[in-house]
This record gives sequence, structure tokens and C-alpha cells, in this order.
Amino acid sequence: MLTPVLSDDWDTHMPWTRDSYERSGGYAALETAFGMEPAAVIELVKESGLRGRGGAGFPTGMKWGFIPQDPEQSGGGKPKYLVVNADESEPGTCKDVPLMMATPHTLVEGVIISSYAIRANVAFIYVRGEVLHVVRRLQRAVHEAYLAGHLGKDIHGSGYDLDVVVHAGAGAYICGEETALLDSLEGRRGQPRLRPPFPAVAGLYAAPTVINNVESIASVPCIVRNGAEWFASLGTEKSKGMTLYSLSGHVKKPGQYEAPLGITLRQLLDLAGGVREGHRLKFWTPGGSSTPILTDEHLDVPLDYEGVAAAGSMLGTKALQIFDETTCVVRSVLRWTEFYKHESCGKCTPCREGTWWLVQTLSRLESGQGTENDLEMLLDQCDNILGRAFCALGDGATSPITSSIQYFRDEYLKHLEHAGCPFDPEASTLFATAGATT
Amino acid sequence: MSSRSENGVGAVAPGLDREPLPESTLAELHEIVARYPQRRSALLPMLHLLQSVEGRVTARGIEVCATILGLSAADVSGVATFYTMYKRRPVGDYHVGVCTNTLCAVMGGDVIFERLKDHLGVGNDETTADDGAGKSITLEHLECNAACDYAPVMMVNWEFMDNMTPQSATALVDDLRAGRAVRSTRGPRICTWREAERVLAGFPDDLADDGPAGGPATLVGLQIAREKGWRAPEAARPEVSTGSTTGEDSKAAAADAADTSRAESETELDESPTDVEGGKKK
Repeated sequence: MLTPVLSDDWDTHMPWTRDSYERSGGYAALETAFGMEPAAVIELVKESGLRGRGGAGFPTGMKWGFIPQDPEQSGGGKPKYLVVNADESEPGTCKDVPLMMATPHTLVEGVIISSYAIRANVAFIYVRGEVLHVVRRLQRAVHEAYLAGHLGKDIHGSGYDLDVVVHAGAGAYICGEETALLDSLEGRRGQPRLRPPFPAVAGLYAAPTVINNVESIASVPCIVRNGAEWFASLGTEKSKGMTLYSLSGHVKKPGQYEAPLGITLRQLLDLAGGVREGHRLKFWTPGGSSTPILTDEHLDVPLDYEGVAAAGSMLGTKALQIFDETTCVVRSVLRWTEFYKHESCGKCTPCREGTWWLVQTLSRLESGQGTENDLEMLLDQCDNILGRAFCALGDGATSPITSSIQYFRDEYLKHLEHAGCPFDPEASTLFATAGATT
Repeated sequence: MSSRSENGVGAVAPGLDREPLPESTLAELHEIVARYPQRRSALLPMLHLLQSVEGRVTARGIEVCATILGLSAADVSGVATFYTMYKRRPVGDYHVGVCTNTLCAVMGGDVIFERLKDHLGVGNDETTADDGAGKSITLEHLECNAACDYAPVMMVNWEFMDNMTPQSATALVDDLRAGRAVRSTRGPRICTWREAERVLAGFPDDLADDGPAGGPATLVGLQIAREKGWRAPEAARPEVSTGSTTGEDSKAAAADAADTSRAESETELDESPTDVEGGKKK
């Protein structure tokens, strides 16, 4: 049921070292890749069916294939860049950080193979700045890779050169959006760009650029090592491979569970010991706060790209945040909305102004001072934000609101009847039941 | 170096800005520029480095970046004010963050943050007074820090402090203020905020090997898989499926090498007394 591949070495001795990584077969896929034409590596990744693990689920090999390699093509004569999006910040998402902490060399090996495939000679790992120890482990891994000749000039006599820069961000959720990330990496305010042109043609320094999530790139070495068929044998018809599911919240054993795509929350909850003792599932996010919430009706939804979409949400980052019946959905949604308001970069008016208005309206409802009409106003505001900005931040802000009104309209109304929140916030804390002794 | 007592004052300390930055800092700023294909990409790490030297982003720091990168001070200032990790007011010896995004808030982050504000006598984004004896703390509530499986989460100088309670949170800040050693639950002994900023600027501090590979939540799924004997399917290639022997009709010499070294490492691990940390490798 669980299929540890990316996480398979996490319990070995000091798995973040090159020594440890190479003892379990690490960096061997490099030689295999260098024995292939770059275009053949792209084909292999296409055949594997790997799709982006950062939320959007775009086929990774296809993304690589968009990079113009013919000098006659637009952008074809420019240098190419690979940028790893390690700016993990979507609320609930906590998979890339543990991966980079435990086995950063998996990512580095993936970076080398992926850069080779798209013929990039410089790659960047843009890691959020607020995870110091992850930055240390990445810096060390890249340094070790240089010392071993996995990076630098003429890597292992292949004639291929690659430099990798670990670049720490400075605190901005929006930089997880790929074009904002590029602006940030260029030393600017992290604000999204209008597309087209897409990064594949005009990305970093207006040159062809691939931006991939950490987990996507870290999945590349095992595909090269074991073959596309092997990878595609895991998962479901259109959602291939294994992936990291992150359980958090009111669940007995929160943490990382690596399983084939298509496992259900019921199965994962079984493994995780269920919802905390004496409580039941109320609502959950399938892939972070930007994916519409689901309820206990959706326990058997296959957690793959198609399954979750059919249930009206998105697989996103597979960040399964579990909330039990002690949690006030209005309070939860308000807090997420405050987050989007804070993180809106301010470039597009519907998002900048709209998220501000959402907070105003929701706050009033949460404190029991609104009216039932405010619910319609909220939905109207969402309608005026959705799809009206350069990037998906504003869209994400509307997800928890529209989905919570869909499933928990009564709870909003209870706040009005109660003239305030009917929930005891203490009851939802971990120490309410665990005892605050530590 | 000691401008932190002017808590809450946006203006720069008189005199301080007129002195040039140390030569070594200027050299390091140029070193950062050299890492990138285009100069301006160096700006974020340069600002991290300046924070490590000056304890915040100063007007002088902005001018220096602008000069080195050929930008206007307004350009640099516009960047510095966009990102929450850049501080225009002096930060204490320790930056203490409490996640109050939804999941952590619900699970106790709100209670912890209220308790700490009370305990330290400061509000959000404020610094405790520097009385000369103890260490100062800047308190801030944080957005999601990618550690939701360890909620409620706190960060000290951007090191993880997992599974916090109001009691452990107040004990933590008491220890920090008294100068007692504090260890991250998934990292090394906590350094100062300025030292942390230096690492973020790309100047490693050699602490990468400290701390574990992950905490209990990181390893929970893997441990269940080990207990149940679950693993990913073997690859169809003969040399991989047999595990311990090397395939004769090898399709790729590299895959052979990988497989052999894995077998060797398993042998080593079987004999190694250091193979601990949660379950045996398969």
C-alpha cells in the first residue's frame, strides 16, 4: 500500500551525505543519463507519465520538450536554465522540506539529469529562506557534488558542464508562483508575469527556462534508474508513479506517507491511526489551502489528479490537512483568507483589493455581526476575483470560501444566530486532550 | 553592532551610517555577485548578508547594494520592503516565530502566540528590551512554515521547534533569554539571528551534519512500510530484481554499479552498530 522510493533512504545513517546516498545507488543514474541523448532523457520522462508535484500536475517531460533547442527558433540560441521551485509555502504543504532535509542529493542528482536533458548549464535551487537547516543541507550537498565531480566542468568526462546555485528566498508566499519566482531570482519584487510568453521561451533573464517542483525533480533519478515502465506501473491511468502525501492536523500519526497516486484518504487515515481519539473527521484539504475543502463524504475519492478534480477540488500538493468536529470552519477559512490578503503581491487589482474585501466580509460574519446577505456578497466577491489576475493566488483565496459555503452554510448562519463563534477554540488544540504537561 | 536597543525606531542610528562597511563585507558582497550570470540576481542574498552584519537592512546597506549593482536606492528599497524576512527595525539576538496559519492556529498556535506576547511583554514584530544582562527576542507570528505534520510549530532564527505547547514555548524563550543552549528539534544548537542570516546569504557555517534526518512525523510512513514489509515494486531489469547478484546481460553498466553498491551498503549496514534512527533498512 505504501511504496517508499523518495523516502526509502530517510531512515539510514546520515542519509543527507553523499557517502550515504552513493552507498544506496545514488548518482548511478547520472552515468545512464549521460549515455543517452538529452532528447532521449526527455522522452523517457514523458513515457514515465511523471506530472508536476507542485500542484498543477503538468506533465514534466512535456514541459521540458517546450524548451526551444533549435537556434533558429525563438529563444533557441540563448542559454537555458533549470530552476527548482523549493519555495514550499502553500499552507499545509510539508513534503519538499523533509525530502531536502533527509536526502538533498536525490534532488541534486535530479537537477543534473534534468539540466542535461534540457541542455542547461546553470541551474538554481530557489529555497524559501525560512528553513535554515534545509538551506544548510542543500549547500552541503551541492558542495559535495562539486567535490565528487558530479558538478562543474566536463562532468565525468561527458563534456557536459553544470553549475548549481542554492538561492535562499526572503519570505514571500507568492514566490512559489513560477513567474514571481523568476522575478525574485532576478533580484526584483516577486510579482507574477503575464503569459505568454511562457518561461519555456522567455523565463529567467528572458531565456528559455524550466521551473519544476522539488519532488518532481527528485523523482527523475529513479525513473532513469528503473525505467519509465516501472514508474508508470505505479499509480493510476493518468496519474502515474508514487508520491508523498502529507497528513497533518487532527490525526493520530501525522507525517509523510509515500504511496502510489490514487490511494484514498480512508486508506491513509487507517495507516495514520485515524482521527484523534474520540473525534471524527469534519473537513480536509486535499492539497493545501488553495484547493477546495472536502468532507467525510469524500473519504473514498482516489487521490490522483483526476479523482480529486471529479470531486470538485484539486490534488494540489497532496497536503492533507485534517480537521475534526471541534474546529470552526469559519474561523479556519478567515485565517486562510487573511493569509492570502497578506501574501497578495499587489500587482493585480482584483486580487489586491478583493482579498482585502474578503477579509472584511468574513471577519464580520465570524464575529456574528454580518447578515445572511453577506454570504451572497462573499460569493460575488469571489466571482470577481476568480480568473481575473495574472496568477492563481487570488483563485486560491476563493477556494476555501466557496467550498466552505457549499458544505457548511449552516455553520456560517450559526455565527449570526450566536452573535459570534459557537465553538470553543481551546477544544481544537492539541493540548486540550493531550494534557499540557510538556 | 549594538543598535538593537532603538526598538521600534525606523530611522538609522546617527553616525553609524556614515562609517563605511567593513572591507571584508564589501568583498563578500562582490563574492555573492560573482555567483550569478546577471548581477541583480545577487540582491536577495546581499540583503541577507547585510542583515547579518548590521542586524537589519539600513539606509547605508541599501546604498551599498545600489552602488554595487548599478541600481537606484529606490529600486533596492522596493525589493527590501517586499520580503518579510528583511527587517527595517533592529532584530533581537533571537527571532522567535509562531505559526498562526490555520492548521497550527487551530491546534494551539494562537494560544501559544498569545501566551508569548504576555510572557515577553511585546506585541507582534516587537523586540524585548535589551537590559544588558540577557539576550533579546523579536517575536513575530508566521505564515505556514512547511512543517504542518509537527503542528503547532515555532521557529527560532528559522530553525524548527516542533510540536510546541504554551509551556514548552515559554520555557524556550526563557532559555533563550538566559543564554542557555537551545537545540532545534530537527537541527543544530540555535545560533544567533545574525549568524543565521549569514548562512542564508550563502556562507555555510558547517552545521549541516548536526541534527537528525527527520523527526518522527517525517519517518512515520516509512516505518509503517518497514513493519508491514511494503516496498515499491522491483524494476523489471534482471540485475535489479535479483538484488544481490550482478546481471550478465547488462543493459546499463551504471545500473549494475548501483545495484552492487546497494547490496554492499546493506551488508555494511547489517554489521554497523550505528544503524539506528528508526527501523532497519530493508
